[in-house]
Parts: sequence; C-alpha cells; structure tokens
Amino acid sequence: MTLELFLQNLANAIAVGSLYALIAVGYTMVYGILRLINFAHGDIFMMAAYFTFFGIADFHLPWYFACIFVIVLTAGLGMLIERVAYRPLRDAPKDSILVSAIGVSFLLENLANYLFTGKPKAFPDFLGLMSTISLGSVTIQKVALVVPVVLIICMAILLFVINKTKLGMAMRAVSKDYEIARVMGININLVIAATFGIGSSLAAVGVILWGMKYPQVSPLMGVMPGLKCFVAAVIGGIGNIKGAVLGGFILGLIEVMLVAFLQPLTGYRDAFAFILLILVLLVKPTGLIGEKTTEKV
Amino acid sequence: MKNKKKRNVICTAVLSVIVVALIYYANNYLDAYIVRILNLCAIYTIIGLSMNLINGFTGLFSLGQAGFMAIGAYTVAIFTLPIDMRSTIYYMEPMNGAIANIHLEFVPALLLGGIFAGIAAFLIGAPVLRLRGDYLAIATLGFSEIIRILLTNWQSVTNGALGINKIPDNANNMWWSFGISIIVLILISLLIRSSYGRAFKAIREDDIAAEAMGISLFKHKVMSFVIGGFFAGIGGGLYASLLGTVDPKQFYFTLTYNFLLIIVLGGMGSISGTVIASFIVTGGLELLRGFDEPLTIAGYEISLFRPGFSMVIFSVLLMVIVLFYRKGLMGRTELSWDRLFNFFAKIKSRFSPKTAREGGAK
Amino acid sequence: MKKIAALLLAFIMTASLFSGCKKVDTSSTTAATDSNTIKIGVFEPLTGANAAGGEAEVEGIKIANKLYPEVLGKKVEIVVADNKSDKAQATTAVARLIEKDKVSAIIGSWGSGYSMAAGELVKKNKVPAVGASCTNPLVTKGNDYYFRVCYLDPFQGTIMANYAFKSGAKKAAIVQEVSNDYAVGLATYFKEAFIKLTGDPNSVVTTVNYNTNDQEFGAQLSTVKAANPDVVFAPGNFTESALVMKQARQLGITAPFLGGDTWDIDEFTSVGGKDVEGATISTFFDDAAPVTAEGKKFVKAYKEAYPNKNMAAVTALGYDAYLVIIKAIEAGNSSEPTAIRDALAKTKGVEGATGMLTFTADGDADKNSAIIKEVKNGKFTYKDTVTIAK
Repeated sequence: MTLELFLQNLANAIAVGSLYALIAVGYTMVYGILRLINFAHGDIFMMAAYFTFFGIADFHLPWYFACIFVIVLTAGLGMLIERVAYRPLRDAPKDSILVSAIGVSFLLENLANYLFTGKPKAFPDFLGLMSTISLGSVTIQKVALVVPVVLIICMAILLFVINKTKLGMAMRAVSKDYEIARVMGININLVIAATFGIGSSLAAVGVILWGMKYPQVSPLMGVMPGLKCFVAAVIGGIGNIKGAVLGGFILGLIEVMLVAFLQPLTGYRDAFAFILLILVLLVKPTGLIGEKTTEKV
Repeated sequence: MKNKKKRNVICTAVLSVIVVALIYYANNYLDAYIVRILNLCAIYTIIGLSMNLINGFTGLFSLGQAGFMAIGAYTVAIFTLPIDMRSTIYYMEPMNGAIANIHLEFVPALLLGGIFAGIAAFLIGAPVLRLRGDYLAIATLGFSEIIRILLTNWQSVTNGALGINKIPDNANNMWWSFGISIIVLILISLLIRSSYGRAFKAIREDDIAAEAMGISLFKHKVMSFVIGGFFAGIGGGLYASLLGTVDPKQFYFTLTYNFLLIIVLGGMGSISGTVIASFIVTGGLELLRGFDEPLTIAGYEISLFRPGFSMVIFSVLLMVIVLFYRKGLMGRTELSWDRLFNFFAKIKSRFSPKTAREGGAK
Repeated sequence: MKKIAALLLAFIMTASLFSGCKKVDTSSTTAATDSNTIKIGVFEPLTGANAAGGEAEVEGIKIANKLYPEVLGKKVEIVVADNKSDKAQATTAVARLIEKDKVSAIIGSWGSGYSMAAGELVKKNKVPAVGASCTNPLVTKGNDYYFRVCYLDPFQGTIMANYAFKSGAKKAAIVQEVSNDYAVGLATYFKEAFIKLTGDPNSVVTTVNYNTNDQEFGAQLSTVKAANPDVVFAPGNFTESALVMKQARQLGITAPFLGGDTWDIDEFTSVGGKDVEGATISTFFDDAAPVTAEGKKFVKAYKEAYPNKNMAAVTALGYDAYLVIIKAIEAGNSSEPTAIRDALAKTKGVEGATGMLTFTADGDADKNSAIIKEVKNGKFTYKDTVTIAK
C-alpha cells in the first residue's frame, strides 16, 4: 500500500470517526443518566435527516435558520419520546423500558416509511460543503474538515455544561445515584428531559454533517449508524463522554483500515464492529476508559 | 381434588380430539392461502416459545433468535435440496465439495438444523450470558448479525447473497407445522414444570439470590439459551421449507422484533400467552393488509390508506401494549382447565337466584 | 375483564380467518365468480427498501390498464398486493392473489428474489406469472408458469462488457454489491465477457466489494483509484450506487462508470446530482425514442398521467407485461389461467413498448439488443444500442 493510499484512507477514517463520535456522545449521555440503551437514537437521527431535507428542499429556509430549526425540532422529538414512552416505565422492570425503546424505534421507522415513502431522497447541500479540495494527493470533502471542528466545539460546550453549570451537576448526580438524587430534591424529570434534549440535538448536528458525506435520506438510514455508534460508545466506556469520542474514532479507524488493507474481508466489515463489541464486553465491559461499578444486592 | 384431575384429563383428551379434527378439516378443506397463514402462525409460535423460554422464563434479554432461525433454515435448505438441483442454484460458485453430495430427508435435516443452532447457542452463550440485561441484548443482537453476515459471505456453502430456492416443500402441511409446534409446546411445558424450570424462574426473579441458594447460574442460563436456540433452529427449518426459499436478507435482526412483539403481547412468562399472541399477530398482520389499499368512499379516495399504514398501526399497537398492558394478555399465568371452570362457576354464581337475593356475589 | 375481551378478540380474529370473510378491501369485488371481469394480480414491493422500483412498475401496469381496459368483452381489473420488500410477504401476497382474489394471471415482481419466492406457488396453482424486470435466470428456469418481458442478467453483463470494449477500454475495475445476487450476477458475466473480448486474463484489474446499506466506500474506491482502470463497472442497487459514484468523483476517479438497469430511475440522478454525469447503463427502454408504435402510445399516455416525472425503464416493462397477458387472453380466446399460460408460451412478435416480444422455451423475452443510456445534464439520455450476435 502506498503512502498516498494510506493517507487518503486515514483522512477518510478521521472523517468517519468524528461522525461516529458525535452520535455516540448522544447515546452515551442517555445511558449514563438512565442506564437505558436508547434503540431509538438511530431513528431520531433519521428523522432529523428528514427534517433537514424538508426544511431546505421544501421550505427553502436559509441554512442557518434550517439548522436551528432542525436541532430544535429534533430535541423536541427526543423529549417527546422520553415523556411518552420512557417516563411512564421508569419504575417498571428494566426489560420493559428496553422493549419500549425497540417499539419506538420500530414505530419511527414505519412512520417514516409511511409518511415519506421508502424512496430515498437527496440530502441538500449547503455552504458547498459537499465539494472537495485536494491536499497534495489526498482528496477530501470540505465537510470532512468541518466535522472534527464541530466535534471539538460541541465537546467543549458539553463539558462546560456538565462540569460548570447547575444542570450539569444535577446530571452528574443523577447518573451517579438515581435514588439519592431524587431524595435530595433534584427535579429528575427536568434533568432527564434535558439529557434527551441535548442528546437528540447532538444527533441532529451529527446528521447534518453525516448527510453531506452520505447524502441519502431513507427510513432505514439510522439503523446501522445507531448500532455502530452504540458499539463505539461501549468500546470507549458507556456513560463516559470522552469515552464515546474515543470509541467513535477507534471504530471509524478500524472499519476503514480493515477494508483498505484486507479487501477480501469487506463483506465482514459490519461483523467486525460487533465482534469488537463482544470482545470489549467480555474483556473489559466498562470500556477503555470507563469506571467500574459494582452491583448492589 | 381427584375429581378435578379426572375432569382435567377428560377435557384435555376431548380438546385433543377436537384439535386433530380441526387440523384435518383445515388441511383438506380450507383454501391454501389460509392454510399458509395458519402454518406461518404455527411456526411463529414455535419461535415465540423458544424466545419466551429465554426471555420470559429465564429473564435473559436475548435478541438473537433471528440468527438461530437462520442456522436452522439454512441447514434444512442446504441438505434437503435435491442433488441434481444444486449446480443450477449454486451457479456463481459451485457448492462446497464436502457437502455437495449429502442429501437428507426433511426430518433429519430439521433435527440437524436444531442441533447446529443449539451448538451455536452454546458457543455464543457461554461467554456472553453473564452480561447484564441491556448489554446481553446488544451482544446477542450482534451475534445474530454476525451469523447473518457469515451466511452472506460463505458463498460455497450457503450460496451467499443469492440465497437458496426451490427448497422442497415439506412443511406447507398443517400436520407438520402444527404437529411440531404441539410437540414443542408440550416439551417446553414439561421443562418449565420440572426442577430446571423452577431454577430458570428463580434466576429470572433474582439471579444473585438464586446463586446464593446454590443454583448454578452458568449451567442453567446456558441450558435455557441452548434449548431456546435449538427450538428456534427447528422453527427456522420449517420456515425455510414453507417459504421454499431462503436468503440472508430475510434474517436481519428486525425479524426478531416480530417475536419480541409476540411474547410481549402474550405475556413474557406465559406459554399459552405466546401461543395466542402469535396467532393474533400473524393473522392480524394479514388482516391489516386491507389498510394498505386505498379506500374509496362514495368516489372519494381517502389518502390515509396507502402502503405502509398497516405497519404504522402495528407499531402503535405494540407501543400501546408496552405502555399500558405491560403484562401482556396472560402476564405470567397460564390458560388451564381449572381457571376456565372457575371462571364459568363465577359467572354462574352471579346469576344464581340465591346470591341475587343476597345482593350479588362478590 | 380486559383479558376476556382480548381472548374474545383473538378468537374472533382466528375464526374470521377460518370463515374466509373479507376485510376492508376495495380493489377487488367480493364475487370472485363475477364473470364480467377478468382479474390480473400484481405483486410488487410498495413499501420497504425496494418501494421505488415496485411503484414504477405499477405505474406502467396502470397505464396499460387504462389504455386496454377490456378484453374478450370483459373488463380487466388490476388487484395490487404489496410484498413489502420481504420474501415471506411475497409468498403470502401471491397466495392471497391466487386464493382470495382468484386472479387469472399475475404480474410481478421487481426484485428477482420475490419472484423466485412466488415461483413454486404459481407453478403449483397453475396460474401464469409474467415478470416485468426480474432478471435473474432462475426465475423462469424449470418453471413453465413464469415468463418475463425483460432480458437476463447474464445478457446484461455481457452487453456492458461489449459496450466497454467497443468504447476502447482495456482495463476494467469491478465494484460489486456482494450481498445482492443481481449485482454479483452481472459482475460475474461482465468479467467473463470482458476477459474474453480483450483476450487478456488480467484485464479486470481489481474487484472490490461492498454490502447492501453500506454508505462508506472510501477504502474500496481508493483501491480502485490506485489500479487506474479505463472503466469501472459497478452494478448494484441505485441507492448505494449513487453514493459510490459520488465518493469516487470526490476521490478523483475520472474513469467512466457503467452499471445496470436498476440505475434507470429518478432517485439515482436526484441523489447523485452532478457526480453521476456520464454514468452509463444498459436498460430496456428509451422514452425519448420508443422503437415501436406501441411505445409511442405508451409514452404519450405516461406524459399525460405524470407530466413532471422522468420515466423509469421498468415502467415500460410493467406496461409490456400487462400487454402480453392481454394479447395471450385474446389469442387463446379464454381467461382460464391454464389457457392463458399456453397462449403466453406461444407469444411471438407481439408489439410491446420495449420492442417486439417473443418468448423463448424458458419463457424469457427473446432479445438480442439492449439500449445504452447515459446521464446527460441530470437525465438519462439515449446513447447507443448494443446488439450481440446470437
């Protein structure tokens, strides 16, 4: 493999990794607070893509307005789902809420299929981010340069909120110990709603950038990204935001490099993500930089 | 007590005769479309039961049934395919020499499918079953996908993405599908009532306490998982024979969602619930087809009804059940003669003159 | 109480299945024995991953029905069943059409997999089926009751190899959707034919794979770029192919891209945008220059019904499938399924929108040429016709 080819693949891997990281953070936030694998996260991501499509292609909103519109709408969707499908089951056995998450995922997919038909739609291009530039022999899309930047900004804002604001402190408390936090008078409903809102907004930001790299909007577009980002979050350490970012990059890197170096194994690429997941779960279930928690009897 | 037992046995015997008669009637006199749906119901019952064994009775949240189904389906497909057909179907890459000339009859192939699925379950379960609820769900889902991807890529054995078709139709016959599902039903009921079954339920309630009481978690969890996998494999084999064609795309993990819906609707922990629910869901999906066609009232087309609507209704129903009827139809109880007779007795007593005078039964 | 209600509901639903009573179902009349209508069943994917293709075919069928609403003095009614892009659903959809709706013939399906799933059923029940665009050889092989109005995958792959060679390509790269039998079939036949034409066993410089639903092709395309081919053959479903071409152009691959008939649909050009300019495919029909009078009639009717849409080639095939059945009913002077089947087998020189239709012994349309189209200014425009000597 030539250096050129390697660099090209590396550039690609960084772009893919950053996208995974952005979405994995949303997943991990919800898990950290609620200990719930939000199966519907991938489908919220998908709905955000449709919102973007309609906002720009149908309503012809200018891009800055459209972005805000999409983020707000998606956050609203996330909070609505929490309110309707998860909150009533908060005191139910763990399995019910998982089933509910699967149900929501299923419902969103079928709803999208029914409302928007299964025919794929073209994701709109704004700011010309879909076009490419060449750095030497390596060609990258402009959006690939933007993603890591956006990721860093989002991380900065997120970490600020979590570490320096009251809301963030409340979130940390709830994720440490749900019962005690409630007893101490923290408004659990508000904290959880805010978590979902933030997580979904991140998914929306993620999809706006994702759509420019993979400009195809269809009802099932969120399934694989959702699963893979969950894997990424677990690899890094679920519940840990920095872990999600790390996991996203690792997964992106491995996926791209696997196909680059071992062409005949391309068919197995998705399988590798899962194999990696299972290995991590078996060897170090708390992930690379996660913390160990003991289960109280 | 003895009278009740005798009564129950007689009732069961009568019911068996009725069921056999119904199957005979249905198989020979009903139109093929309905027979096909009923067969599908029976097959889904088998897989639903296998999933309920793992999820409902042992409390292990497994999303891997589609993978085990696939293994069973492919085993039957590969081994029952007539040898002279094989080169036509495997036209991209010839069938692997080792198995190209092995041909099995339906029943051995079916059992083999179940065994392979069981072995896979063991290999998967041994390392993975100690994970907690949600992690286990994702791990089993991952394995289901890994199995599917393996099937897609192993061209010489499974014909890869091309799939296998012209599988001999052995199962589109109510004797097979209902017969096997009744056998599975009986076997699982016996299992649940045995000491193993009690161990499973103990693990479901509180696995740490169960372990403290001396129940080997590993042994029982793996046993439940393997048996569940075995039956799912058998169900998959029947499925392949019914459809006559398999390909990896059919076994995407979303297939498992169908069975999840069935066991949630029926009640995770109730065998009779699963049976009833699988008929409702499979039959219901067909009935809901009507919603996919445009409805014209007095010449005005109501655009609400278009393709996809039935699935939306389906998913809404699932959400309603999950949110409001969490226990499903039967919860953890079973349909039994005692309950049925008690129920009738209660109604009778409500109408009897003595209690009516006394102001109604309570 | 609610348990009782639910149990009762379950019982009623199951009982209703047994009694075979009809549910809300408007497109077919209750009297299957209504001797004034002939029913033709249609099973297509109208939801799910392949909805676009199925819808396009149904459009063609409906237009044909509008232009030819009657045969033998009876009205022809179309009964549509959605196979939901799922094989199990395909078998139940066909079973329903045969048993409940008692159709005399069936058209379908987009997607050879679904057609093959239905194959045994139509054979067993002796109801003839005509596929519009299912190109896998196994659909009709060994099945007397399945016919098709399109050519086969081996043919398409060979045609494209011929076209590539004719255009001067000496080295080709293949990008195939390895989990799609259609793509793998086309790629295999292309490779065979191309190597034979160039006489150079290494003329296919590299073959890379991807999976259905993949969105990331960077690594594969980097390998293709490094191999520097004259032409890239990338058969696959339009959903992934549009992205493949986009990413290829972004990487700086300038070689022309060749594909199969699945690209000939609006969504390919709308998602692909300017990156799919120059994409060349083999297809069944050219709406700008229909080769027959029937074709002209069809195009006119289509433009009236859908003035703002670009026609997909499979729509014309849907039209032809309907037409060939009608003509068979006329020729055999009967609407009995077995009679229709026999008449279909004898189809010779029937003028369809896509050309003159004659069925081979296997039930395939005897075609020895294909239309080559290229994307110019966002639309598929006619480029060439490639004929292979038989």
